[in-house]
Amino acid sequence: MDILRFATAGSVDDGKSTLIGRLLYDSKSIFADQLEAVERTSRDRGEEITNLALLTDGLRAEREQGITIDVAYRYFATPRRKFIIADTPGHIQYTRNMVTGASTADLAVVLVDARNGLTEQSRRHAFLTTLLRVPHMVLAVNKMDLVDYSQSVFERISAEFSAFAARLDIGDLAFVPISALHGDNVVERSAAMPWYDGPSLLHHLEHVHIASDRNLIDVRFPVQYVIRPHASTDASLHDYRGYAGQVAGGVLKPGDEVVHLPSGFSSRIRRIVGSGGTDIDEAYSPMSVTLLLDDDVDISRGDMICRPNNRPAAVQDIEAMVCWMSASSALAPRTRLIVKHTSRVVKAMVSELHYRIDVNTLHRDEAAPSLGLNEIGRVRMRLTQPIFADPYSRNRATGGLILIDEATNATVGAATITDTR
Amino acid sequence: MRPDYQLSQLDVLEAEAIHVMREVAAEFERPVLLFSGGKDSVVMLALAEKAFWPARIPFPVMHVDTGHNFPEVMEFRDRRVAELGVRLVVASVQASIDSGRVAEETGRHASRNRLQTTTLLDAIEEHRFDALFGGARRDEEKARAKERVFSFRDEFGQWDPKNQRPELWNLYNTRIHRGEHIRVFPLSNWTELDVWEYIERESLELPSIYFAHERQVFERDGLLLSDNPFVTRGEDEPLFSATVRYRTVGDMTCTGAVSSSADTIEHVIAEIAATRITERGQTRADDRTSEAAMEDRKREGYF
Repeated sequence: MDILRFATAGSVDDGKSTLIGRLLYDSKSIFADQLEAVERTSRDRGEEITNLALLTDGLRAEREQGITIDVAYRYFATPRRKFIIADTPGHIQYTRNMVTGASTADLAVVLVDARNGLTEQSRRHAFLTTLLRVPHMVLAVNKMDLVDYSQSVFERISAEFSAFAARLDIGDLAFVPISALHGDNVVERSAAMPWYDGPSLLHHLEHVHIASDRNLIDVRFPVQYVIRPHASTDASLHDYRGYAGQVAGGVLKPGDEVVHLPSGFSSRIRRIVGSGGTDIDEAYSPMSVTLLLDDDVDISRGDMICRPNNRPAAVQDIEAMVCWMSASSALAPRTRLIVKHTSRVVKAMVSELHYRIDVNTLHRDEAAPSLGLNEIGRVRMRLTQPIFADPYSRNRATGGLILIDEATNATVGAATITDTR
Repeated sequence: MRPDYQLSQLDVLEAEAIHVMREVAAEFERPVLLFSGGKDSVVMLALAEKAFWPARIPFPVMHVDTGHNFPEVMEFRDRRVAELGVRLVVASVQASIDSGRVAEETGRHASRNRLQTTTLLDAIEEHRFDALFGGARRDEEKARAKERVFSFRDEFGQWDPKNQRPELWNLYNTRIHRGEHIRVFPLSNWTELDVWEYIERESLELPSIYFAHERQVFERDGLLLSDNPFVTRGEDEPLFSATVRYRTVGDMTCTGAVSSSADTIEHVIAEIAATRITERGQTRADDRTSEAAMEDRKREGYF
């Protein structure tokens, strides 16, 4: 059994909570006591039908205000797959939360209300999904029951979305007409829409092929921690020097020739030690392993191990799309930041803000003086030391970075590298 | 052969947890791992052992001792710590009571659950811990479903759920000012079933009370509580003998047993896979105070 991480985007009005409730309920992942608590609260609040949104709204403020503030993570499993849902709030003021949820997602479900068709919000969700390079997207056209399960409505919305999607770079896009409330095409194929011959949403989630979404070509091993069992009384461990980390790309094998960055020294992989000491013959993303090399090279946290003929760029000036996440400060030329990229932490200064993008219309405002909370723009940054990076489109693990405020230590932004030349 | 380099869900969860642990060991000066002897902390300790193998675990473990523990769990805790050669820090709720930092609750529902928070925060300050590994999982409870893997605490140990640091990819912001700390949850994405399947796969040892055994119990608010010296049992709460096991391990005063004949890990997994009630709902009196019981305690600095 493998794991599919998916993000859901859409507002409460689009039936997102109902859809999640339905997936959890039909896969028997809602427990009796959780359902009872929700039923009780719904009754106390005088609501006529059980409000499944209460299942996902975990904070007091969310329940009181009936809104979703933050990303909630939900878990369910079918015999085929384990699923992690990042349930993200849909409103524009929570763009940063959606970006957060999408950063680790294999797939995004963008919900639209069949009665309203595409809205500014659906376009924004699709844009953010592509910005974070979520490899698979599903446009779920919900509330089909309220448009008489009309094929033409579904086809009109799908065509309109396809036209919009052509301006974005979406790897894999699927359309499913559903009624979350009645369960049509959510878990089971619906008898009410005989004209639809695709899979149900859950069937699609269970079968979408994600293994090849990972980069298995470019070997990238950011060194996270050096394991040196100093105090050991075991003589065989005296010279043990293991480079521990999580594989960020490619496939590593014992015997492979590797290059260490920044030094440029080459060596060979002597052993790959898996968790708990077992030797393994192939390491790939997202495995956490320890490399032992043939030669004594001075390697420390923040360094990168790769192959001689396939290296990430060592860049000190980066071009990136930035999503600004701070309400108390803004990003502008000369803003100083701390950058965390793989296991490397460096200081940075914004050298240029090329443009701010309107997340609803994709219009680029080149006169924008700064980026405020939830705003997205193309930025050039100067780093105090090089990082070993790939374009985000090539590798999410070596192309993404977070921005930290020097004074408050808050995480104030996220960036995806567009260009390493 | 794995033609498409597929990893099982347990392999992915393990890799993620080990990454988190190494990140903490690399970036913090004084981390500590909270170890209660419960199944989640048993898994966490096993992951720590793996993450740094063949070196020793590079941080101590801490137990917040309410004095109301199951004896089987204490015995297990001490044995496990000795096997691994890690340092054990015990933060004692009794000591907090004796020194007047907290006052013991009285009455039928008296529990030291809430008192633990003060003991924990005092220990953090005393030992200047800057990162604390906890075994909490997001599937346990709805406030936890919202919490970050690296969860910031201010100098009062408080959690501000509306002002959490965004957490993207596997890039964790570990920066704090002096006096602040981070709670780190390596098992955030594990479900109860994942934990049990991992225990089975790795043949991890657990305290015996997790498996079916005979015990003298009484019923209170739908929970089966063990006969123990720390609760005042009413006359309307007769003792009876039952075959039970524990789904969670907390204080004897507020942790209920479940009727079960599952005496092996295979049987426990079969039971968990079929259950219709959450583990905290079935076994914990401490979560029943209100809809937001966990959120409120977490804000104050609870685990």
